[in-house]
Amino acid sequence: MTQNRPWIPYLLILPSVAFLALLFVVPLVQTIWLALSDNGAPSLANAERMVTDINFTRSVRNTFLLTIVVVPVQIAIALAMGTMVSKVGRGRETILWIWTIPLGISDLAAGLVWLSILQNTGYFNSLLFSLGVIGRQASWLSYQTPIALFIAIAVAEIWRGTAIVMVIIVAGLNQVPKEFKEAAEIFGAGPWTRFWRITLPLIRPALQSALILRTVLAFEVFAVVYALGGRNFPVLVGEAYNWQNQNQNYSVAAVYAVLIMIISLAATLIYLKALKVDPERLP
Amino acid sequence: MSRETMSTIKASPASFASSRRWLLWSGIAALCAWVLVPIYLVALGALGGRQGVYIWPKTGLPTGISLEPFILFLKTEGVVQSFLNSFGAAGITVALSILLGAPAGYALARYDFRGKDSYRLLVLLTRAFPLAILALPLTVSFIRLGLYDTIIGVGLIHTVLALPFAALVTQGIFLGVPKELEEAAWVFGCTRVQAFFKVVAPLALPGIVATAVFAFVISWNEVFAASVLTVRNRTLTAYLLTVLSESPMHYRFAGGLVLILPSVVFIFAVRRYLFAIWGISSK
Amino acid sequence: MKRIVSLTILASTVLAFASPVLAQTVFVSTQLRPIEEATVVRQDLLKDAGKVDYVVEEPPQFAVRMEAEAQAGKHTVSLVGALHGELSPLADRGQLEPLDELAKKLAAGGMPQSVLDLGKLGKPTQQYIPWMQATYVMAAKKEALQYLPKGADINALTYDQLIEWGKNMQAATGQPQIGFPAGPKGLMARYFQGYFYPSFTGGVVRTFKNADAAAGWEKLKALWAYVTPNSTNYDFMQEPLASGEVMVAWDHVARLKNAISAAPDDYVVFPAPAGPKGRGYMPVLAGLAIPKGAPDTAGATKVIETLTTQKTQLLTASKVGFFPTLNVQLPPDLDKGVALLAGAVTKTQGSKDAVISLLPVGLGDKGGEFNKVYMDAFQRIVLQNEPIADVLVKQGATMAKLMTDTKAPCWAPDAKSDGACPVQ
Repeated sequence: MTQNRPWIPYLLILPSVAFLALLFVVPLVQTIWLALSDNGAPSLANAERMVTDINFTRSVRNTFLLTIVVVPVQIAIALAMGTMVSKVGRGRETILWIWTIPLGISDLAAGLVWLSILQNTGYFNSLLFSLGVIGRQASWLSYQTPIALFIAIAVAEIWRGTAIVMVIIVAGLNQVPKEFKEAAEIFGAGPWTRFWRITLPLIRPALQSALILRTVLAFEVFAVVYALGGRNFPVLVGEAYNWQNQNQNYSVAAVYAVLIMIISLAATLIYLKALKVDPERLP
Repeated sequence: MSRETMSTIKASPASFASSRRWLLWSGIAALCAWVLVPIYLVALGALGGRQGVYIWPKTGLPTGISLEPFILFLKTEGVVQSFLNSFGAAGITVALSILLGAPAGYALARYDFRGKDSYRLLVLLTRAFPLAILALPLTVSFIRLGLYDTIIGVGLIHTVLALPFAALVTQGIFLGVPKELEEAAWVFGCTRVQAFFKVVAPLALPGIVATAVFAFVISWNEVFAASVLTVRNRTLTAYLLTVLSESPMHYRFAGGLVLILPSVVFIFAVRRYLFAIWGISSK
Repeated sequence: MKRIVSLTILASTVLAFASPVLAQTVFVSTQLRPIEEATVVRQDLLKDAGKVDYVVEEPPQFAVRMEAEAQAGKHTVSLVGALHGELSPLADRGQLEPLDELAKKLAAGGMPQSVLDLGKLGKPTQQYIPWMQATYVMAAKKEALQYLPKGADINALTYDQLIEWGKNMQAATGQPQIGFPAGPKGLMARYFQGYFYPSFTGGVVRTFKNADAAAGWEKLKALWAYVTPNSTNYDFMQEPLASGEVMVAWDHVARLKNAISAAPDDYVVFPAPAGPKGRGYMPVLAGLAIPKGAPDTAGATKVIETLTTQKTQLLTASKVGFFPTLNVQLPPDLDKGVALLAGAVTKTQGSKDAVISLLPVGLGDKGGEFNKVYMDAFQRIVLQNEPIADVLVKQGATMAKLMTDTKAPCWAPDAKSDGACPVQ
């Protein structure tokens, strides 16, 4: 329908391209140059500085660990939410509203919320204390309890980040034609079979979108980790932030930023290859 | 589109009845509690005052709360002004990201053109790069342009975040409006522009409203760029970041609550369209 | 629906432009940031200083902003209030207006020349005007005193006694009761630079990896057994003290003030412990400076003059716990908590074995990386239990490189050097 006027789409995307070029691409190029130069000449000195830092290996490991743990749990919870809500008639909108509230909550606020629960005199310790599980305040967020700290951060991230996955998956489920399910029921398929054989394959596109989006976002996790773990749990974006702000070395911060970008792009490419996602569905 | 797709899939046959039903509802209740209880607890912290923070063990019951600390927080100099600033920046973000993003979304949905994949790549890049790192180069150019310390400047940066989102989601929305309807309008003598405004726009409007609210939430929650780019005209989150990190705990919780409440309202306002937009965009 | 959307957009745009822009002196400060303190500044301290817009800023954003304004050559900020160490990179880049005339006036008005000279930052002209001072002290709940080892004088503690005390408290309560602000925004790096290293080695940079330093780190590891592991989450010790998480803490006076002022009868405040080389301590100095190209120099000068009057300086001490740079006596009716803190400061300065440690000079914008050398050493030796000798060699190399890069000469308590301060 468009062959006669091929310039129309370009006219339509031009404003946004110009805008992003000015406000995103230009500073991005400046940042990349900052990362890969030293005193005005191309150099890997900053990258070397980053790799030899004591927190580098830990921050890479922590970021990946967190992503590997958090993303599948979020997908699973979102699937459970989607399946449950599809069986509900009245009250469905209210339930969905409640479940999507974290979508609008900023990292900053989410960090505060979980800090109020998990700090020494917080509600979690109070609960354990009144149940008699612990005799005195226990600390969950210290460097001596790395596993508890990891779990705490993962829980907070799951709390904050599941909503977006749920929205995408519920939207996907909405599009599964009712007839498929009814047909399956008539042929005597049990609920599990129906779920694995019919629902899951049908919402695959939605799952893929959710997976890519959440993974990219998980690599950028920062504010919640910072609020709960401080320096005890270094992650990549946190290190970038520290180098920029605490150490005031913008070049090393820029290398971290470039590294995060490369990891995110690589993860996206892997998903594209492994899941054979149609590029149309990139988030 | 909204009502029909949202309409419920009726509950399982009566024979499965009560025990399954009970399981379903307790699952739903547990997940609702999972979302709501942390927010309730932070609200307790916000209303509990200075002493409330140190109570041990905490009961989790609303005892000893008063609105006073919360009101004291709201009355602090700068809170109201920054609240208005946040609205201003978010308004600009919404306007720009829809104005620039929707045409791009339309182009992506309706046309095949060379460079479409490059455009997607550009959009993906904005997702994959931690934007806080771009603050320094951007600040320099903003000062030169006279945009530094203005709400417009903050709005522009937030548009960088929201625009790619708006383009992709509106693409989904326009994909959901049948091409045939538009072509029929052409047959009946409408120009392309007329056809768009008479046929496509009304059908796409609910989705666009939801996109707008999302853009609003993105801007509302952004902290780092806003705090670097402003001195006097702080947005609420930027203002809170500077005062909160070193304020007493009950102030911090009050700040957290102030951040959370608007998002609860926003999500409530668009709950009906939320799923519609993602549904179509992952088709 | 459409109308609502467009109305909202319209309304918010109008709001954005409607906010009045008044001709005010913009005063950006990295000090006195917390809500309550900022309110004191606006309502009490700046009452007589004309129209001033007091804006608080975290040090990182402050640095980014000053750098960006200087690069772009357009200024909104007329006056900055920041720590000595935060002003030093600005001075090194020649971004501060010389303030010699003001300095002369203040010298005549009772500001000690030794204090004023710090504001030169090693340059020939006055870079900033000293505004307020503070230091670090230790505070303890009175109930902790019963566990103090026999014969120990709380105002002349040694590290061995502190360790003994920590051990007693842990034995009695079942929990470690000593706390340090080793969180991401805590001032732990200052502990190493102004307290730990001077006390154990008599130096800061030169002695970074010598045998005294290694022995000191051994001691710190012994002490750390009685320090609560939550320390790496603490930024301000007033909260864990007030909530009862710890009984004994070391921190900046302004970061202890809230707890102590709220219940002055519950606390004792005393000098930090002494090591084999004496009792290290570090005075903190905040200064006021006018950036080059400031839009309102006259207004800024007026603010400086107001803040350095005797009346305002005393008000500052009683309301926010920062002490005067003017040579004045604190009034007897001072806030009780502040009086306690001031008493400990006097005791520290007056103690026979005091070793004064100055804030680093000449590091420019490498101050953050300088802190990182100490914090990394701490993390590896104390938290990750790596062999002390190896860590000191590695961190010492980083330190040496930092010093040669910045060419910073040694400062007290290190012996003076020709050229960059060497790591021995």
